[in-house]
Amino acid sequence: MTAAHGLSFDIAHMLAGGLVLVSFMMLYQDRLTALLHVLGLHAFVLSLSVAWQAHIQDAPGLYIAAGIALGFKAILVPQALRRMIFRMGLHREIETVGGIGLTMLAGIALVALSLRVMLPVTVHADPVAREDIALALSVVLIGLLTMVTRRNAISQVVGFMSLENGINLAATGARGMPLVVEISVAFSVLIAFIVIGVFLFRIRERFDTVDAVAIDSARGGQR
Amino acid sequence: MPDPVTAILLIPLAAAAILAILPDYRIGAALNIAACLLALLCALTLPWHRPAGGDYLLVDDLNIVFVLLNCFIGCTTSAFSASYIGHELQTGRLQPVHLRFYHAMFQVMLFGMNLALLANNIGLMWVAVELATLTTVMMVGLYRTAEALEAAWKYFILGSVGIALALFGTILVYLAARPSIGEGMDAMIWANLLAHAPQLDPSLLNIAFIFLLLGYGTKVGLAPMHAWLPDAHAEGPTPISAVLSGLLLNVALYALLRFKMLMAANPLAIAPGPLMAGLGLLSAIFAAFMLYRRRDIKRMFAYSSIEHMGIIVFAFGMAGPLGNFAGLLQMTMHSLTKSAIFFSVGHIAQVKGTQRMEDMGGLTDSHPVLGWGLVAGVAAIAGMPPFGVFTSEFLVVSSTFARQPILAVVLVAGLLLAFGALLLRLTDVGFGPVKGPAGPVRASYIPMLAHFALVLMAGIWLPPALVVWFQHVAVLLG
Repeated sequence: MTAAHGLSFDIAHMLAGGLVLVSFMMLYQDRLTALLHVLGLHAFVLSLSVAWQAHIQDAPGLYIAAGIALGFKAILVPQALRRMIFRMGLHREIETVGGIGLTMLAGIALVALSLRVMLPVTVHADPVAREDIALALSVVLIGLLTMVTRRNAISQVVGFMSLENGINLAATGARGMPLVVEISVAFSVLIAFIVIGVFLFRIRERFDTVDAVAIDSARGGQR
Repeated sequence: MPDPVTAILLIPLAAAAILAILPDYRIGAALNIAACLLALLCALTLPWHRPAGGDYLLVDDLNIVFVLLNCFIGCTTSAFSASYIGHELQTGRLQPVHLRFYHAMFQVMLFGMNLALLANNIGLMWVAVELATLTTVMMVGLYRTAEALEAAWKYFILGSVGIALALFGTILVYLAARPSIGEGMDAMIWANLLAHAPQLDPSLLNIAFIFLLLGYGTKVGLAPMHAWLPDAHAEGPTPISAVLSGLLLNVALYALLRFKMLMAANPLAIAPGPLMAGLGLLSAIFAAFMLYRRRDIKRMFAYSSIEHMGIIVFAFGMAGPLGNFAGLLQMTMHSLTKSAIFFSVGHIAQVKGTQRMEDMGGLTDSHPVLGWGLVAGVAAIAGMPPFGVFTSEFLVVSSTFARQPILAVVLVAGLLLAFGALLLRLTDVGFGPVKGPAGPVRASYIPMLAHFALVLMAGIWLPPALVVWFQHVAVLLG
């Protein structure tokens, strides 16, 4: 292995690992505004990682995916959500289910699980993809954990976006994978719809809260 | 002559563009039917005139079955929807501007489903399933009531997570294929994947299949990922309930079957059958219990859809030529019967002004065609002869008895439970004293009757050509 290859591998590894760390940061944010800052950081690290993959794989298409991650997910969506929570007066504390310590432990367990699952089966894959996939699975699982530990609709959206960032990481790490840009556009459309959906909830004024528990209670009793 | 595959995809797209700007809802509804009919006609030519696929599209024996079913039910549902929405407009639940959106979305949804079925590329298939999901989410929330928005939100979040997991599985399949097929688009083309299936990395394929099963399984409505399904069926417009049950679940199932074929063709990968059979059986039993305490009529039939998807996935999981044949037949019968049930339920709920079963009664007296239609539908879906569902369920059970008697006993218990629940409700709703408003109904009965005629015919006499076709596909499915 040449030194240059070693360095490119290390940087890819560092950025992917950074994404996992930021995912952990998401788990213990107890304020919506802070959570949105972390979401922006998450997408920013992702865009760096995708751009680095574009560089080392010599795949110019991936720069577009990196651009989408930076412009749309790191700046536009967090800003839109931020304005929304200020207008709705939600910039206060958010509740979390279970304690932070327990959630962090669960997150650690999920990372261990994904490494344990992915590393043995990817022995034949190239090392960059191998690490990326394992770390990407960690990000996906922590994203799921974020979603299930939050009750607020906006923080569930944030959890989903971090999950989706993990999938983007996996897709870009798989060298030569086609349709990555198209898929990232498709996901952006999905997220735009989710954000608009949250927005619609508010402007329709059917709910005075975006707390998912309140949405559940809209079902009325048992039917 | 233009390529029928291109036509099947372009007609809905073009229709959607026109419908989005067409102001009059009557013309819109008529155009909606016309576009569906045109697509159906194109689909009907597929068995005889099969265009060569390419890197993106593929026509084979398996997906022709799905595309035909899709176009047919799309067509009958558009006819039902035309009579349904007029009433919704009168009662003020919908505004004309909603209907423009509704018709355009209906066509985009059909486009998404047809694209998913015809895709030769697992990435494209994923994008198409996502498109179909998004459009149905918007239609479920069409009424803008608290309940409808809640249902749409739940469907959205659960569906998105499912779809995200399916994409992760798709990426893993690509990684498994890359060493033997090479980098780039080739390694995502379905035909290549199947041709190289024995050389794919088995351990990566195993993990990929778990993600795909969970991801697409969410969209199939398998327990325990089914939570979105009853809400989405109950709160959306009834034509959407009909296409959700009749078509969208099938599309997700189709995606699952494609990957199952891949797994089955790789000798070193885990057998996909037991996983699917287990989840399917769990869903069927769970849904059978859940059928008992339903009060909302659409919600009840939604649980019945979970039950039937469970049976179908179970049949495909048992595999073998007989199991796959039974699964295919059960799927076809369920789609036809369940959408017909929703056609009649839609009109009934409009007449009664409610979906609560307590407030309905004596339908066979007050509205003979709708009432007896519902009775026939429930009898068919519960698996009574002479309807086609009986034939297919009998095949599922008998083929299981031959190989796994214990599983067959469990399955039969589930079927009987569901049978009991459905008949219990049916006697209240269909017979007895008339409850609730009994005004006249302006309904088009043709879609419902056409479906029942087909289901009845399948129960009495299956055309030999269809049997041969299904047998052939069953062998393909492995």
